[in-house]
Amino acid sequence: MTALREWLTVALLLLGSGLMLLAAVAIVRFPDLYARMQASTKASTLGIACLALAAAVHFGSLAVSVRAGAIVIFVFLTAPVAAHVLGHAAHVIGVPLWDGTLFDDLRRDSMAPAENLGEDREDTDHSSPTR
Amino acid sequence: MTFGALLGADVVRVATSIAFTVMALAAALTLWRLVRGPTVPDRVAALDLLTIFVVGAMVTSAIHYESPVLLQPAVALALLGFLGTVAFAKYVLRRFFSS
Repeated sequence: MTALREWLTVALLLLGSGLMLLAAVAIVRFPDLYARMQASTKASTLGIACLALAAAVHFGSLAVSVRAGAIVIFVFLTAPVAAHVLGHAAHVIGVPLWDGTLFDDLRRDSMAPAENLGEDREDTDHSSPTR
Repeated sequence: MTFGALLGADVVRVATSIAFTVMALAAALTLWRLVRGPTVPDRVAALDLLTIFVVGAMVTSAIHYESPVLLQPAVALALLGFLGTVAFAKYVLRRFFSS
């Protein structure tokens, strides 16, 4: 039982730090801000979840498990919201997209006349690139 | 007698040391994006990622030093990082619309 708990802690620690490294590689190597943010946010969120679960498994007490669960819940609630707010702000101020981007739905929706929003959604084909 | 005792060292401590090393490497890479980043939102995203790395390092050090007390600043920092990112996003928008 103790050995199982030890090896589970080791596996979760290595998985969590590996996901952290994956997030860092993503934020260095990806071509534009939006790709960097979507990759690094998701990978680092999952990495935090693995590390907190490792702490909960290692200590095995109720108090530590509740704190680890609080960390996981906070990060899972706030990281997507922060990434959305920052990505939207970056899109508004005109941070350039990657050259290989095929379509930009947010730009099309914000450029459309207000009375057309919500109607005629069937003509929004993605086959014609907007850039 | 566990398999870890056969290795002559505490396996969990070895794993936390490896995790510290990997996260330091990841933080160095993210710091490069923070310095280099072409736009302000790039730097803010890098700072947000660094905050999450610090939270992960706190959780790992709680395991390494066998002290669950270190989990409490990790909870606080997980919330503070979100507030900082949202504040930076508002600052980016305000600077754009006031100029």
